[in-house]
Amino acid sequence: MKSIESINKWVGSGSPWVWLSAGMVSLNLVMVFGLLFLISVRGLGHFWPAAIESVELREKDGSTTSLLGNFVEDEIVSAARVRGTGSTVPEDMEFVRRYLIKVGNRDVSGADFVWVNETDITSREIPLDSFMAERDEWGNFYGNLISVKLDGEIIASGATAWGAMQDGIARKTQIRRQIKGIEKDQIGKINYAMERLRLRTKRLELDGVEAGARIDKIAAERLSLEKRYEALNGSLSELYKELGRYSITAATVAGQQVELPVSKIVRAIHPNQMSMFEKIRYYFAKMWEFVSEDPREANTEGGVFPAIFGTVLLVMLMSVFVTPFGVIAAVYLREYAHQGLLTRTIRIAVNNLAGVPSIVYGVFGLGFFVYFLGGNIDQLFFPESLPAPTFGTPGILWSALTLAILTVPVVIVSTEEGLTRIPRAIREGSLALGATKAETLWRTVLPMATPAMMTGLVLSIARAAGEVAPLMMVGVVKLAPSLPMDGNFPFLHVDRKFMHLGFHIYDVGFQSPNVEAARPLVYATAFLLVVLIVALNIAAIRIRNRLRESYKAGDG
Amino acid sequence: MESDTTQTKLELEKSHRRWRMIKDRIFGWAMAVGGISVIITIVMIFFYLFYVVLPIFGSASTTPLVRYEAPFKGATIAHLALDEYAEIGFVITADGEYAFFAANDGTTINQGKVSNGTGRSVVAIAAGDPVQRSVTIAFDDRTAIVVRPDYAISYPNDKRHITPTLEYPFGKTPVDLGEASGKILLLAAQSQDDEATIVSVTDANVVSLTHVTLTESFLGDEPAVTTTHTALPNIEYDISDLLIDVEQRELYVASAQGQISYFNISDKQHPRLTYLVNVLSNDHRLTSLKYLSGGISILVGDSSGAISQWFPVRDDNNNYTIQKVRSFTPFTAGVSIVVPEYFRKGFVAADEAGNFALMHTTAGRILATDRIATNSLQALAISPRADALLFLTDSGELEKRSVHNEHPEISWNSIWGKVWYESRAEPEYIWQSSSASGDFEPKFSLTPLTFGTLKAALYAMLFAIPLAILGAIYTAYFMTPKMRNFVKPSVEVMAALPTVILGFLAGLWLAPFVEQYLVGVILAFVFIPLSFVVTSFLVDKLPAGVSSYFRNGWEAAALLPVVCFGIWLCVTLSLPIETAFFDGSLPAWLSENFGISYDQRNSLVVGIAIGFAVIPTIFSISEDAVFGVPGHLTTGSLALGATPWQTMIGVVILTASPGIFSAVMIGLGRAVGETMIVLMATGNTPIMDINIFEGFRALSANIAVEMPESEVNSTHFRVLFLAALVLFMVTFAVNTVAEIVRQRLRVKYSNL
Repeated sequence: MKSIESINKWVGSGSPWVWLSAGMVSLNLVMVFGLLFLISVRGLGHFWPAAIESVELREKDGSTTSLLGNFVEDEIVSAARVRGTGSTVPEDMEFVRRYLIKVGNRDVSGADFVWVNETDITSREIPLDSFMAERDEWGNFYGNLISVKLDGEIIASGATAWGAMQDGIARKTQIRRQIKGIEKDQIGKINYAMERLRLRTKRLELDGVEAGARIDKIAAERLSLEKRYEALNGSLSELYKELGRYSITAATVAGQQVELPVSKIVRAIHPNQMSMFEKIRYYFAKMWEFVSEDPREANTEGGVFPAIFGTVLLVMLMSVFVTPFGVIAAVYLREYAHQGLLTRTIRIAVNNLAGVPSIVYGVFGLGFFVYFLGGNIDQLFFPESLPAPTFGTPGILWSALTLAILTVPVVIVSTEEGLTRIPRAIREGSLALGATKAETLWRTVLPMATPAMMTGLVLSIARAAGEVAPLMMVGVVKLAPSLPMDGNFPFLHVDRKFMHLGFHIYDVGFQSPNVEAARPLVYATAFLLVVLIVALNIAAIRIRNRLRESYKAGDG
Repeated sequence: MESDTTQTKLELEKSHRRWRMIKDRIFGWAMAVGGISVIITIVMIFFYLFYVVLPIFGSASTTPLVRYEAPFKGATIAHLALDEYAEIGFVITADGEYAFFAANDGTTINQGKVSNGTGRSVVAIAAGDPVQRSVTIAFDDRTAIVVRPDYAISYPNDKRHITPTLEYPFGKTPVDLGEASGKILLLAAQSQDDEATIVSVTDANVVSLTHVTLTESFLGDEPAVTTTHTALPNIEYDISDLLIDVEQRELYVASAQGQISYFNISDKQHPRLTYLVNVLSNDHRLTSLKYLSGGISILVGDSSGAISQWFPVRDDNNNYTIQKVRSFTPFTAGVSIVVPEYFRKGFVAADEAGNFALMHTTAGRILATDRIATNSLQALAISPRADALLFLTDSGELEKRSVHNEHPEISWNSIWGKVWYESRAEPEYIWQSSSASGDFEPKFSLTPLTFGTLKAALYAMLFAIPLAILGAIYTAYFMTPKMRNFVKPSVEVMAALPTVILGFLAGLWLAPFVEQYLVGVILAFVFIPLSFVVTSFLVDKLPAGVSSYFRNGWEAAALLPVVCFGIWLCVTLSLPIETAFFDGSLPAWLSENFGISYDQRNSLVVGIAIGFAVIPTIFSISEDAVFGVPGHLTTGSLALGATPWQTMIGVVILTASPGIFSAVMIGLGRAVGETMIVLMATGNTPIMDINIFEGFRALSANIAVEMPESEVNSTHFRVLFLAALVLFMVTFAVNTVAEIVRQRLRVKYSNL
């Protein structure tokens, strides 16, 4: 009786409801930080050199097989589910722990990953000699090094082999860099110049010029370019010959001997022998590779530099468009327009546009910018390259403009808020001293509203950096052949397509043929994007708070 | 001197002032122009989308181009056709004379006569599938020749030049049609590649089928022609029309009274009557029988001016019945000619009074009607690209018309309503925009996609509303300011997380997790809220000193470990429970016992992910609304003896409810338009099923997937724009309602 009364009292006080609502806040917090934690752990863990373990398994027929690789994941599943997949599990067991092992050697065994039931494992050890090689194709290689060959002759085996291989890899890296220098920079420049010559000829043809000094000059230029190309090509084939000299022989865990050309090996480590210091060095080297290198193997390995570059450039271009537009619109709405029903309606409309799905802007960008504007620009200014479109195809300029329209409401709203917060007295003081309205705005009001504009800009950048859906229509690609900015005139190529961190996540995580192998890289990319965006948002919050503080006194 | 300088100074000052005034003016104008143009640009989005979408709802039109005298004036024309570019016409008379002529002025390019070499006269002519272009001519000695107009295209001087010739795909030697009593009255024939089927009817009502195959001989001489003959079962009515499909597997035999026998002739030796139907009611007569492109549906024209579409529908027992799908009544006079388009599911028909109409079956629309002559037309041809029509009038004149008919397949009903598509058992909502074959019937129903969008939004809101609103109420009203300073930025960070990351985690981490720990996840939805209440009870039982420590607005902090423990417990218990009660796998158990199918990427996962994405929006706006409730209201309520929770329910929420409503609306707007999450975390199959364990395809994801592949200005492209317009209008409307409510609330607060 007493207890019922006390429960009634407890319910009557509303305490359960208060706690229930409090719990919702906790749940939200746990979700946010859990998510950030998950991305950080998985994203940052990707670079750590995991130990290579060798495992012996008992097969159904009693024989044993060995596996060599990194333990990636483990989970406990019900025995029924495991039995359903055809594995045998002792009758009395209800749950089985199973491991996901990255065994690599896709060229030899076909699959990168293997699920292994704990019940099948007879022994598990960490072999000191085993090494892991990152390759340009077929993913990682796991095995033991036997010998190193130069031009087919064994130059080192046993204990000295490791050093010889590392020398070979260092040499290979150096040659690769030279080759890349020639291919990307010099030949790239020649190709670019050739293409421009072709377009100039075509242009002249369109203008009706069939012969003359200009045509001869183009022919002469083309000849000299071709000569230079020949010379470069000669040194390239030398370098390629040099590249192919080293190879290694290694044994897989099954005992199969494999010959690997060193030219295909990116780096080789034996993590089980590495000291903590070496591991840390390796960790940061990998991290540096991640942010500074080009992707390899259909984006599933290597770095994301082009995506970072594309994202940053896109956001910068967008800022160039969005700031003046947003500020002018806000100043007009707040300072010049007659404050009536129409302005109120416009304000509501602008506010609401911030809530319109981004994909709608993408559709608009594709139809209006790419096909309509771009198509007309091509007709007018680039008739020589038609039917290949120049601006009439998705590109970074159209992406930046689309994002600018998408985020302009943010800047307008934020700037307007800043303008509203500026005390009347300041404006009136300026006007009373004889300044015109324009002077008042330019000298007093706008400078005071800069923090608000900055907040708007930073918020719009944060939104733009994370937007992917519209970009899929107006310019982003999974692999761009060249960056939108390079050493060829006019340096910034706004008509080019580009790569983007957000799209990289979608593409590698969902469109790549080997999702399992790519997953760690996707987590790392996601981590990078989250860091970027959270940093931008924190900056915006800081700026806004400072703004509020500085006008508190003036509000009075 | 002195006054002079003052004078100049004054002058200077004056001009300077004028200059300042001009600058002020210019600045004002610049701002106005700039500001207005930015606003116009923004508003233009809507109009641009609308401008792109509008053509799909427009009707068709035809423009007369030229009218000239037809070749073989006075002769009966058996067949009329146009080449792909609508430049060259082909005509063949009932006597077997043929001519190619320039479609723009009637000049004859090439003409001749098809004969079997014995001087026998032509008794019947049958045109095959328009894409195959073949025409079969039967002679009165029971032989037939298959001809085919061919158009060789060359580009001398970069200009297109077409050279028409008449080909004999089965050789110039007539094909024997086999023995049968009587004279051939009617003929139907189809030929494709090296196979032809010819069906003839004699005046004794005997139907016989001839199957012709062409075999290349190894020696490279004339290919050998093999023929087989079969007699069809006796037909009891007088036959007026015959129809073979292009694959040569079906045969329709019709009478003028509307009886149609449907034969399966896949096995040419043993034709089988599958179904007999009467397609006409009252005493109308059947006047025309044609296949629609694709060879699935037949179009039946009758003497009342109606045209109906019929096709074989397979029932559950695999039996075919011929069913009426839809009908059109464009004319008051009887239908005389029906001509299908080559690739789309549209057709042109003409009546006995000289009217014609353009129609489309999927859309069920009559797109255009016009009058071209005063009495019945002799023949009518449509160009393969469906951009030109050629009419042959009774008086022997040809008129060429250009056709503007870009998007016939769209109507209000084909987008939102149930449509009975070809080969389907009943009208359905289907989205299937493309396929490998050219004469495929596109299915542009936005209903399943809209359903998917709403389904995502529903589950997202179910997840987000309690979390966001209860959380906001607590944060605004009960939480200590210290913790608020931490919670609010955290929620802002949550809002900033790109949806591509949420989608990626939902698809690659949460979906497998939910599949593996389904029991735990379901358990968590019950257990975790319960654990909050239990904690409250336990704290209540604690000594006053200890419990008051938790009651100063730090409840949320105190509950953090409870949440973590609860989640851990649910995950740990998941497997044992699953093993004990659900045979080790709940998804398998559900599908076995209840027939509920389980997709790994399902609506539950999407609901959680989109819910996560909209929580910060709803949270922030409701928090603002609750926090903004004037303090004197709450203090008044508390002073009258209400508990904080009673004050909350009776005063605060009541006052802030418009704000909370607008928060929910804005959250709903976001959930509806969310793209990346639905794209990555669902299977993107356009099914309509409310089952939480199945996926869907949303409007936004559909746009993202299909837009890059759609051809510019095609119907598909415009329908995707329509999908974008629908999203735009829905979110804009929802947001406007929310915004107006919010502004009202602001005024209300300032009056309180």
